[in-house]
This record gives sequence, C-alpha cells and structure tokens, in this order.
Amino acid sequence: MPTADPAIQLNRVSRHYTMGETSVRAVNELSLSVANNEFLALLGSSGSGKSTLLNLIAGLDRPTSGSIFAHGQNIASLNSLDLARYRCNTIGMIFQSFNLLPRMTLEENIELPLRLAEVDRSERPARVREALERVRLTHRLGHRPTELSGGEQQRVAIARALVNRPKILLADEPTGNLDSATGEAILTLLRELRTQLGMTIVMVTHEHPLAEQFADRLAIMGDGKLLSTTTAKGLPQ
Amino acid sequence: MKPRDLADLAFRNLRESILRNALTTLGVAVGVASLVAMLSLGVGLQQLASKRLSQSGLFDTILVTPKNAFRGIGRPQREPESDKPPRVLDDDARKEMEKLPNVIEVYPQVRFFTEVRFNNKPFATVVAGMPDSSRNSGSFDGMQGNFFSSTTANEAILQIEFAKDLSDKPSSLIGQELVLRYAERQSLPSAAAGTEATANPPDSSGGGFSVVPKELRLKIVGIVETEPAAGYGGYGNARLLMPLATASTLRAAQVNDLRDIVRDSNSGKTTFASLSVRAKTPSQVDALETSIKKMGFNAFSLLDASKSLRTFFTVFDSLLGIFGCLALAVATLGIVNTLVMAILERRREIGVLKALGAADSDVQQLFFLEAGVMGFFGGVFGVLFGWLLGRAVTFGTNVYLQRQNLNPIELSSVPLWLVFSALIFAILVSLAAGLYPASRAAKLNPVDALRYE
Repeated sequence: MPTADPAIQLNRVSRHYTMGETSVRAVNELSLSVANNEFLALLGSSGSGKSTLLNLIAGLDRPTSGSIFAHGQNIASLNSLDLARYRCNTIGMIFQSFNLLPRMTLEENIELPLRLAEVDRSERPARVREALERVRLTHRLGHRPTELSGGEQQRVAIARALVNRPKILLADEPTGNLDSATGEAILTLLRELRTQLGMTIVMVTHEHPLAEQFADRLAIMGDGKLLSTTTAKGLPQ
Repeated sequence: MKPRDLADLAFRNLRESILRNALTTLGVAVGVASLVAMLSLGVGLQQLASKRLSQSGLFDTILVTPKNAFRGIGRPQREPESDKPPRVLDDDARKEMEKLPNVIEVYPQVRFFTEVRFNNKPFATVVAGMPDSSRNSGSFDGMQGNFFSSTTANEAILQIEFAKDLSDKPSSLIGQELVLRYAERQSLPSAAAGTEATANPPDSSGGGFSVVPKELRLKIVGIVETEPAAGYGGYGNARLLMPLATASTLRAAQVNDLRDIVRDSNSGKTTFASLSVRAKTPSQVDALETSIKKMGFNAFSLLDASKSLRTFFTVFDSLLGIFGCLALAVATLGIVNTLVMAILERRREIGVLKALGAADSDVQQLFFLEAGVMGFFGGVFGVLFGWLLGRAVTFGTNVYLQRQNLNPIELSSVPLWLVFSALIFAILVSLAAGLYPASRAAKLNPVDALRYE
C-alpha cells in the first residue's frame, strides 16, 4: 500500500516542442505527486501528453521547465551520465511493443541491464534466474523473443525491467499489444511484484477498466495538463 | 559498461551481420594489402639495391691517390695546394693505412689494356686484378665455373661478353687455356738511381724503364655475367679477371706509368698509382676518408651517392605508400558506410540500450569498438594478403628472370616493422572512420529511437 513519502514529485513540469513555427505543449505546467509503493495509472486520449510525461519521469527526455524529483533527486538537473545511471539503477521500464532485442536469448536480454550497471559477472546468472522466476518463465531461458507469445514477451520485458531491482517501474501501454486475458494476467503480475518488491508503478494506458481494476489511483490527462486524479475502485481484497 | 561486456556486445553485433561486416573488413584488408604490397616491394627493392651495392664494394671502398695524381673528368676538385710537398703513395703509406681502425684491406689497382690469344687469334681487352675479398662481393654469385683456386693461381675468369667473343659456346671455355700477352716493365739502369725512383710497382729504379713483351698462360676457371671490375677508379671495364697477386707480379705496364715517369717522383721506393681501402661498413667510410686525407692523400668514396640512393628510396617508398593509402581511404569510406547503416538498422536497439541505462559513452564506445575490430581483422588479413601479393610478384618476376637465364631475386620484403605499422595504421584509420558514426549513435535521442520502426 502507498506510503505518505512521495516517490515521484513533479512541480509545474512543462515539455514544449517546436514543430516548424508552432510550439506544441505536450506537457504543460503539470504538477503531480506519486507516493512510494503506489500504482498510478495515467489515462487520457491520444496526444494528451501521458507518454511524454512518462519519458520525463524515466529520464529519457528533459523538461522544458519545472522540476522532477524521484526519491528526492531532481532528475531535471542531472547531467547526461548521471541521468543514464538514474535510468539504470532507479527506473525499470516496459513498453507496449516489448522492445526485446530479437538477436539475443531471453537470458541475454535480461542480463543487459546488469551489464550496463556493471554488476559482477558471477552474480548475474542468479539475478537473471531470479527475475525469470518472478515472471514464471525459467523454462524459456535459452529461447529467443520471437519464439515466445506476446504475453510471454511482455513477461520477459518485465523481468528485464526488474533485474536491477528498481524503485520505480514505468509501463508504457503494457497491455496494448495483448488480448484482454493476457493483459489482465500481466497487470496481475505487476500488482504482485509491486507488493513483493515494494516498487512504485506508473502505467500509461488507454484501458480505463483495467486501470480501474488494478491501479491504486487514476490520473486523467488532457492537452498536456492533469485534468483529475481519482482513487481507483481496486481489486477486491 | 565494463570493457569485457563492451567487447562481448561488439563481437555479437559484428557476428549478427556477418556478411556485411565481413565484406567491409575485406575492403579494409584489400586497402591494407595494397599498402603492404606496395611498401614491401619498395622495401624489397631498397634492400636488394643496398645489398648489391654494399657487396659490390662501391660504398665501403675509398680510392686513394697521391695529391699530384692525374685527375680525370668528373673527379672531385683538387684541394688547394699547400706548401708541403705531396706525399708519395708507397708501401709505407699502404702499411700505415692498413693500421687505421676499421680497415679490412688495402690493395693497389692493377688494370691494364692488353692482348689475349686464344686458338691463335688475338683479342684486345682490359685485364684487372681482383682481390680475394671480391669473392664475396655478390658479383660472382651464380657464375659458371669457380672463383680462383688461390690468390696466386694462373687462372682467369672471363666476363660473358668477352667469352662470347672467344667462343660460340662460352661454357665450353672453362678448363681451357688462353695466353695473356702483356708489356712488362723492366727498369733501366740510371745514373741517378736511388734518387729518382719511378712511381710504379713493383720495380723501382732510377730514371725510367723499358717495356718487354711477355706471355702468361692462364687457365679459364669461370665465366661471370656481371662486370665485377667496373667499379670507379678503373679505366674502363675489365673483361678478363685474374688474381690480384698474380696480376701484380706481372709488372705489366699501366696507363699511368708514362705519366709518373715524367713527373718528379723521387721516393726511391715502390709507389702506387692508386690504392683501394676497404672499410668494415659503409658507415665508417666517412671517418676513414678524413683520416686518409689527413695523411696527405686524395681520398674519394661513393658514400654521397649512397646517401642519394637512400633519399631516392625514401621518396619512392612514400609514393608507393600514398598509392597504397588511396585504397585504404576507399576502405575507410566502407567502414563509415557500414556503421552508418548499422545505426539506422539498430536505431531502436540503441534506444532500448539507452532506456535500460546505457550512457552516451557506452553507445559511442560500442560503435567505436566495432570499427576497431573490423580494422584489426582487416589489418591482419591485409598484411597476409599483402605478403602473399609480394610473394606472387617475386615468384612471377623470378620465373621471368629464370627464362632470361638470370639469377632469381628477392623482390619484396615484409619486415616486422611493416607488419606492426600496417596493423596499427589499419586500426587507427578504422577508429577514425568510426568516429562520426559512433558520435552520431551516441547523440541519438532515446525517445526518437524508441519510436523508430
């Protein structure tokens, strides 16, 4: 359950793009607080700015103005190298299209963040196995992503996101490429992991019912602004 | 990322697009091969020329003449005359020179124009005495027959053109005898004997000498292709060679005899028209030349020509290197092209890497390493191909030379410095080629890269 200390704190964050002579305000003066261990769903129509906001929290993009604190660290002021370290050690990310590297086996895909974090080689196999156990895919260790179903690929992507034991898990439309049953299974897994590992989860989704079912809180965005936040009905305890 | 992980990923990426990367590497290899082949030919030719020239004795020999000696066309200008009387080039001077450091031998030039009779037919030619050391000069390599059996043997080695004059089948001459007819100097008694010595070896008498025709039978022991006695200091090319000691004992009248007798030569001892002083190595010639000049003689060597030769080969090698580099430059463009294509293909992968925590420097190093690996393998195969190309050119040349009845030569040479230089050069050039793609990959915006399909 969420605790009072915010894991993520956004203060009047803006992200403006210039397209030709037009300035696009993808995120506009947005302030939001995400509590530690909270599962927040970001909802909104296409172009509302939810993915841009997720990229800003992930440290993949920089805000035009405002500050973003993640566990007390203002990531808007970090240099390129520190931002990479932040992505490596604090953030785990999963995508709609899984983004597994097709040329690598599952083991190699999951090992990749460990390589980037310079984790000792001897420690890596156990960490990879542990991550795969959490998503219940240890039997597919040597397989390549293309040999897996969509749901399995997303579970591998979750294992890869978890392997560095991040404090924040960011999910960009994690069920977008999956059928509803598989999508539900993935979100069930995310909820379980949140409880087991004490992570904060921010998920971008179009699917209101799923968000309502699995998230703690829903944040509705429109035109780059936060329109409302509501507490979700949640799963029956 | 740790270097080992970086290397793992780089090799994995290279393996994944094996055909394209192999072709790019082959391009580098061809560039390096052309560079190595060109330079190996340049080095080989230089070594060949240096070896031949150093063996010929041209660059380790100093020609010593008395200061009053006749100076032919093209000889260095005579040094300004001093008040001191010119020193006589006699046996004392010869012994003194033999004692100078780094001197192998000092010998007089014996060379005279005379007549040879073979099968009762006369043939005019120049005869030269060859010191025993010329045996190893390289001029007698591949000769028909043998070198002189001893330093005093009555034997002759013929130059091939002269042998052809004597017989239609030059090789049949070996073992046969010819008659050398020459003019022997015989000293004349003089009233001033002992004070007016002539300047000719080995006799030394008073005011003059008479010339008496003599004959000597010489056994032909060999036929040589080159002209071993065509060195500087002589008077034309000798076509009949005999041991120097044998030639000296003939007391044959030489070109300079008359000159010396009309001059005021008065040492009363055996004197020489010129002496050849051989140094241990060409590098010692300069110092030796100075020492001999200090003794009061003229000294002349071809060291300057050797320096010019080195300059020529440096320029020659540079030109060959430039042509080789052109091929490598084309190969470099191949690396740039391959890596830029790889960035396009792996755009999404770069985005994923960055999303997972790869720093710009990790991505940059990854591409840089891939370029370096292609350069390394291109360099290794290039050196190998270049060496093979050099061997092939040498082989082809030698086949041609053998058909022309000429001795085989080592045309190309790949010294160790060339191997390592080519390898390092290939890697450096490849890394330079990887600079732009690596930097471009590193600067890739992860959000754009992840959006890329």
